[in-house]
Amino acid sequence: MYNFEFEKPTTVADAVAALGGDDAQALGGGQTLIPTLKQRLNQPGKLVSLTGISEMNGVSVDGGVVTVGAATCHADVEAGAGAYPALAALAGQIGDPAVRNRGTVGGSLANNDPAACYPSAALGSGATIVTNTREIAADDYFQGMFSTALEEGEIITAVKFPIPDCASYQKFLQPASRFALTGVFVAKYGDNVRVAVTGASEEGVFRWAEAEAALSANFAPEAIDGLSVSADGMVGDIHGTPAYRAHLVGVMTKRAVAAAH
Amino acid sequence: MPKDHGIGAAPKRREDLRFLTGTGNYTDDINLAGQAYVYFLRADVAHAKINGMNMDAAAAMPGVVRIFTGADFEGVGGLPCGWQIHSKDGSPMHEPPHPVIAQGKIRYVGEIVAAIVADSLEQARDAAEAIELDLEELPAVVDMKAALADGSALVHDEVPNNRVYDWGFVEENAAATDEAIKNAAHVTTLELVNNRLVANPMEPRVAIGDYTRHNDESTLYTTSQNPHVIRLLMGAFVLGIPEHKLRVIAPDVGGGFGTKIFHYAEEAFVTFASKQINRAIKWTSSRSEAFISDAQGRDHVTKIELALDADNNFTAVRTHTLANMGAYLSTFSTSVPTYLHGTLMAGNYKTPLVYINVEAVFTNTVPVDAYRGAGRPEATYQLERVIDKAARELGVDPIELRRQNFITEFPYATPVALEYDTGDYDATMTKLEEIADLSGFAARRAESEKNGKLRGLGVNCYIEACGIAPSNVAGALGARAGLYESATVRVNATGGVVVMTGAHSHGQGHETSFPQVISEMIGIDESQVEIVHGDTGRGAMGMGTYGSRSIAVGGAAMVRATEKIINKAKKIAAHLLEASDSDIELKDGTFSVAGTDKSIAWGDVCLTAYVPHNYPLEDLEPGLEETAFYDPANFTFPSGAYACEVEVDPDTGEVSVQRFAAADDFGNIINPMIVDGQVHGGIAQGIGQALRENTVYDENGQLLSASYMDYAMPRADDVPFYEVDHSCQTPCTHNPLGVKGCGEAGAIGSPPAVVNAVIDALQSGGHDVTHIDMPVSPSRVWAAMNG
Repeated sequence: MYNFEFEKPTTVADAVAALGGDDAQALGGGQTLIPTLKQRLNQPGKLVSLTGISEMNGVSVDGGVVTVGAATCHADVEAGAGAYPALAALAGQIGDPAVRNRGTVGGSLANNDPAACYPSAALGSGATIVTNTREIAADDYFQGMFSTALEEGEIITAVKFPIPDCASYQKFLQPASRFALTGVFVAKYGDNVRVAVTGASEEGVFRWAEAEAALSANFAPEAIDGLSVSADGMVGDIHGTPAYRAHLVGVMTKRAVAAAH
Repeated sequence: MPKDHGIGAAPKRREDLRFLTGTGNYTDDINLAGQAYVYFLRADVAHAKINGMNMDAAAAMPGVVRIFTGADFEGVGGLPCGWQIHSKDGSPMHEPPHPVIAQGKIRYVGEIVAAIVADSLEQARDAAEAIELDLEELPAVVDMKAALADGSALVHDEVPNNRVYDWGFVEENAAATDEAIKNAAHVTTLELVNNRLVANPMEPRVAIGDYTRHNDESTLYTTSQNPHVIRLLMGAFVLGIPEHKLRVIAPDVGGGFGTKIFHYAEEAFVTFASKQINRAIKWTSSRSEAFISDAQGRDHVTKIELALDADNNFTAVRTHTLANMGAYLSTFSTSVPTYLHGTLMAGNYKTPLVYINVEAVFTNTVPVDAYRGAGRPEATYQLERVIDKAARELGVDPIELRRQNFITEFPYATPVALEYDTGDYDATMTKLEEIADLSGFAARRAESEKNGKLRGLGVNCYIEACGIAPSNVAGALGARAGLYESATVRVNATGGVVVMTGAHSHGQGHETSFPQVISEMIGIDESQVEIVHGDTGRGAMGMGTYGSRSIAVGGAAMVRATEKIINKAKKIAAHLLEASDSDIELKDGTFSVAGTDKSIAWGDVCLTAYVPHNYPLEDLEPGLEETAFYDPANFTFPSGAYACEVEVDPDTGEVSVQRFAAADDFGNIINPMIVDGQVHGGIAQGIGQALRENTVYDENGQLLSASYMDYAMPRADDVPFYEVDHSCQTPCTHNPLGVKGCGEAGAIGSPPAVVNAVIDALQSGGHDVTHIDMPVSPSRVWAAMNG
């Protein structure tokens, strides 16, 4: 690890100011950034921790929306998002207890790892990403592997998840990391069903439009029968071929629909 | 009633108090006054010529003490290989130099290119980044078949076709085996891969070199399974330091699994460089470094043929194996695919003809050497997989096919040079059928199918050769070391006992089990016995711990030394009791004269030995301390039968181990709780190999599975609760404890059971799948099911 300055502001305004420098970088729970620093693969001049900002911490429920402060750790989401059980369950399946007590929602969404869990919940729920300057619809936020709509210095402060009629996240584990080899988040809002897939595509999290249409017409596992996603553009690595991941998208979608009932 | 002390009792492990409360003394816990730190600049390409290095900027950086390169080691020996193999044509194996630091050429990602010694580790790392390397990349040799092809790039220019040796065993069987296979009623053929593994002990390697000028002595603190062997290899072959000027200490060691047997470049470096700069130097491996510098395990590609007659009797076994050595010959690498593998290819069966051909191959990868089981898992896996395949082809019960071919009379001379002293394979199989509840399998399968899962049962046997080894036999086969063990038993004046053993405990629980033997022999409480190991400055020359040899060889040495102690103590007791020493009996810590009520306590006799006022000084020396070296007459042959039940999810290919049972014959047992633990750990590693672990290089020699993000270790929820039994006991006939060793059995016996079970599950679902290579990952199972 190289040396760096460290700041831990208590307000969003101070954090924005602290991030104004040239090579400052925001630090959430550090579950990706800190290992990268230890490997000397990153050399920020300053780290600005966001976990001391009380307005960015905690889970609240109001008017059918669960709002999660961006600096809330996964364990607190698991404990506090009971109004949205599929979201709480997703948080409870991330990593291990140590990870869940350090890693944050905002950190996960800002990083947008193609195998992370939260992006599928945000996209699958049609969530709103709230930053210090604006609100971004999830459909506009995710822009490919490790790429988002965030501007330089922009901080996610909260995420608003509309509570669906029912939902489920089904994750098939990559055997080593236990990230999602393929994970599918299905959420039903009246006649509108959203299906978001993580872990599978080289473009990161994506919506499976064909399945959404079929499930909006008939919200049942068998509605997926005969549907498939193309293996083109799926991730191929030592844990699974593109064809295997494409197959898992279908299997996990069916399981999510079955579990959402 | 179970015993509460001595042999067969199950006291809790005394060492666990310090291990579980963070008060152990591991090598990294040791910090010496004024120590410097070394950071190794390691190659990030697999194969390249080093045309130049510019270190000017690095050398001038803050805190840098000195930077060492290959040039500093030109007059120093290379790392030796401890076992010489001869090819079929009689020629000795190719044995190119194995430098401490790369000299002119890089041969694998992870090889040391330069060593930066600085006041702090961070300063050393900073300086490493300022070193400029002028490299000329060469094509990497990764795949073994490609490596052997004419025209392949050469890892070592002087080794044609990258072939280290082409070994045949037993050569006299070759023609008859070919003939038997030609004339067989049925031949089953199987090609398989024994996947390469990273050992992953919990504690990464650490080495501290400490030279003291006032007495010209060097001390090496290191994470080793065999500090005496390191002293001999490093002192005599690498650095030229006589043993009386070199002390090697391996304190608490957090797991070895074989990879801490070998003599490593980092150990030689810190010892050498400490003398150069007259300052202690410490190196602690990061986990990332461990992936590219700890010797790896397995990596065999094999074709095996099993011939049967019309009555399903095995008539011959023939194999051809490619064994990956990596880029250099690690300490015992050459023995693993040969004498630790070929000699086990008869298995538990009376197959009259066996012929093994092994070609060892250099590649631009991390060196490969012994890993828990070392050659024996590779042998067991091939044999037990091909027998299972044969049973399916012939439509016979796989258990009955094995039973029919079991060796039943002992001693038994195999066609591959071993003589099994004892065993009862039918007994362990029968015990397995009971503890695995095989009669209930059909009902469990039906239940799984109701839940949409395919259920499979896999059964196999194993035999291993442990207690390595009779030194003369090993020497005749090419070993460049003796394989005895030593023990010094020191009885203090007040009766307490200290045993200095050449065996080394790095998780095996010797500090608990060894005193049980002393307690049994003398009748004193185990708390009166202390075990000292891991320090060449304290004990006699010993060969260390690997190959499940500690109790069978080290324990036997301790018994021999204790027998000498008891004989001498009886003479002292006889003098004090005014009786003939032949009439003295020792029981429960008391010497008595047979047939009388005259007795004297152990402690009084010990005190007399050190305060010899009333003592037969004309016949007997004072004191009570004895040393014994024990060289075994034969290997020991633990054996057993294992059963695994898996569920396969037909939608995803995911395999879940539902049940696992192990019926082992370890001969006599010292501490059944410790034996259970050894078997549990071994099975977990075997399940890890079968389902999870894989070491994958890309075509450029880059390790793709270089961290726990991609290298899948088995976790607690990957393994079931085990049914473990070791009540079938045919004691070893040639060591004084009748013990056989239990350290590797689980890792040897479990992989074929898992894979056999997966194949059984898939076939029960109508899938015509006869083999899947390990690790049997979800994606591989799904691909096999879907053609």
